[in-house]
Amino acid sequence: MSGLVFLIPIALLMGLTGLVAFIWAVRSGQFDDPDGAAHRILISPDTPLGEP
Amino acid sequence: MTSADLDIKGCPSRLAPPDAPNTSDPAPFVRKVGQQSRLTLSVRGAKCGACLSRIEGAVAALPGVASARLNLSNGRLDVSWTGDLAARRISAAVNDLGYGTSPLDTGSGDQAHKKEEQSLLLAMGVAGFATANIMLLSVSVWGGAGEMGEATRQGLHAVSGLIALPTLLFSGQPFFKSAWNVLKRRRTNMDVPISLALILAFSVSVAETIRGGEHAYFDAACMLLFFLLIGRFLDARVRRQAYSAARGLAALSSRTVTRLAVDGTSQSLRAEDIRRGDRILLAPGERAVVDMKIESGESEVDESLVTGESLPRFSAPGMSLMAGAINLSHPLIGRATAASADSLLADIARMLEAGEQKRSTYRRIADKAVSLYVPVVHSVALLTFLGWLLAGRDMREAILIAVSTLIITCPCALALAAPVVQVVAAGRLFRGGVYLKSGDALERIAACDHVIFDKTGTLTLGTPRLTAQQLQPADLAVAAQLGRASRHPLSRALTAAAGPGPVALGVKEFPGLGLEGEVDGVTCRLGSAVWTGADAAAHTGASLFLARGSDTPVEIRFEDDIQPEAAAAITQLRRLGLGVEIVSGDRPEAVADVAGKLGIETWMAAASPQDKVRRLTDLEASGKRVLMIGDGLNDAGALALAHASAAPGGALDVSQSAADAVYASGLAPLPLLVRTARRARAAMLQNFAFAAAYNFVAVPIAIIGYATPLVAAIAMSGSSLIVCLNAIRLNLNTEKTA
Repeated sequence: MSGLVFLIPIALLMGLTGLVAFIWAVRSGQFDDPDGAAHRILISPDTPLGEP
Repeated sequence: MTSADLDIKGCPSRLAPPDAPNTSDPAPFVRKVGQQSRLTLSVRGAKCGACLSRIEGAVAALPGVASARLNLSNGRLDVSWTGDLAARRISAAVNDLGYGTSPLDTGSGDQAHKKEEQSLLLAMGVAGFATANIMLLSVSVWGGAGEMGEATRQGLHAVSGLIALPTLLFSGQPFFKSAWNVLKRRRTNMDVPISLALILAFSVSVAETIRGGEHAYFDAACMLLFFLLIGRFLDARVRRQAYSAARGLAALSSRTVTRLAVDGTSQSLRAEDIRRGDRILLAPGERAVVDMKIESGESEVDESLVTGESLPRFSAPGMSLMAGAINLSHPLIGRATAASADSLLADIARMLEAGEQKRSTYRRIADKAVSLYVPVVHSVALLTFLGWLLAGRDMREAILIAVSTLIITCPCALALAAPVVQVVAAGRLFRGGVYLKSGDALERIAACDHVIFDKTGTLTLGTPRLTAQQLQPADLAVAAQLGRASRHPLSRALTAAAGPGPVALGVKEFPGLGLEGEVDGVTCRLGSAVWTGADAAAHTGASLFLARGSDTPVEIRFEDDIQPEAAAAITQLRRLGLGVEIVSGDRPEAVADVAGKLGIETWMAAASPQDKVRRLTDLEASGKRVLMIGDGLNDAGALALAHASAAPGGALDVSQSAADAVYASGLAPLPLLVRTARRARAAMLQNFAFAAAYNFVAVPIAIIGYATPLVAAIAMSGSSLIVCLNAIRLNLNTEKTA
């Protein structure tokens, strides 16, 4: 049972990391345009590979 | 971007039709931030990924543009640039691709809606995190029952409580605030029992943890919060979409006007800054935003969106022009007869407001369910508490059982029942080419039993086309040579029929009469009967006459084509049990013709906007629920007042904002809209029925004291899952039948 003393905080910490990442994503506007984000991934640049 | 892309006008996916360019100057809406200039445009018609790259690419290619980003979800294009790039060139670049634009005033109510949605999303995320982690601990408590030591159990409960407390304080705010606000006004809503259940569940669990008791409801409280916030968030998103669509009206009045000063210099101003008596220049292609009286210039004016009249009207000095009319051929200078707040547009805006007020009195199915739910649940919990107390149990046990009753009856399924169905139905309709603007629109559309169509632009294509007639190809070629020099709709129809070709020499346009130019050395005239010297008595409907030199004029006839899918759509609507009727502002013969071709017996012609509203109120008074379908400014009032309404994507933005739904093109999506709305209403009712049935089973279990935290967790997630699956079923089934 003494393992719980380490395991529970570790589990909570991992969950918290996810939560912080989510809060950061919302704050930085990544959920502002879900439709656009879905499409943007399919847009390819018009320049050949290797060029900016 | 390939050159083929450039030729396409509007959204390449055809989800939205190309939009008419807005020729007004967005310059007054440019904001200066340090060295940078910023402009936000509302872009209409951008629906797919290709739109993103085309629009952003075209704007970024302009000199000095630092960034251009289009938000596909709400159609906002944010541009920032340095240097002296004219704002007009940005809107022109977007217009050239076939999208409509209007400048936006940023920092208005939109920010508040966005903030609300974002805070709900955050609250939901936090509640989700807490639920998952507490559940992790609770499962070990439940699984270890009998084996786990009391100290370990107490420790796990304590950790759960430490996670639950900040969650409750953060994520519970939307419910607590709303409950407090209504309680202050001595009323009640759904949030009162929710807040009560949350607070009681938490306090009882804290007491039990301190006492070292077996049951703590921290997981139930957080799970409840999580499910409720999902419903809230979906609802807020639907409402924000409706709100940003409704801003079309604001965007229309935010168009700019060119005012002429006394010394003749021109100046771009916002429409709301125009005062009565200002001199205004209306360039060809521009839409009037205030009512005005023409002082100089002669031109053809397209008033189809104001009156429904499909043919342009000749305007000369002394005549008045209503807001919403588009100048077609020559510049006009006029004097504003009303400030924009007093113009026809503002009258229509007031009609819209009246409609909004009427709508706000509409009670959604969900509201009705809640008003039944709240008193029942509270009295059940109170009676449970008193019952156990009278039965001789101690206070602690009676409270625990009463609280578990409150938790288990708490409306997870009820909170998800309507929003999930709305989101699924809206997604289904969007793929079918219908954009739904508000959640309760589905319920209202489902209740409709009568349809009123506008004619021009709704049942018909709205643009004249050459009739299939005996016209010599040589005559057509000559007429097209003249017509290519003009913006008049009939000239455009001619050139569309003739295809590309040369333009006649020295074409002059005489407003109200016609064109004159030289073809193969002969002076030719194209225009009205009077202009060409034809027999005026034979002139009915839309036709042009072509006179080559001194030959007898040839008549060229036009008609406004009926939408290709109109007949099929109307048959389907009839099969769904809806009565069909036309109410149009156009000439009686034009309306009778369309009604005859589509087999519609009831029709009304030459109807003013007020007539349309009157017809609507008459029908509603006789017990009918009317679905209004129209596109013009003259329909906007009726659209807002009808029980439910829809507008085609090509409609004026005022009409789009007044309507509950906007459909892409053609009439084919309308039967789908009605069918989906009815299925959605059925699914919502099923969900509420299920939620009620669930309570019938769960409440007795809770009252007799068997609702342990494990039972509560299974009951809550199980009922929410069933409600969501039922909503998704709607999607699967319609896919099969469609």
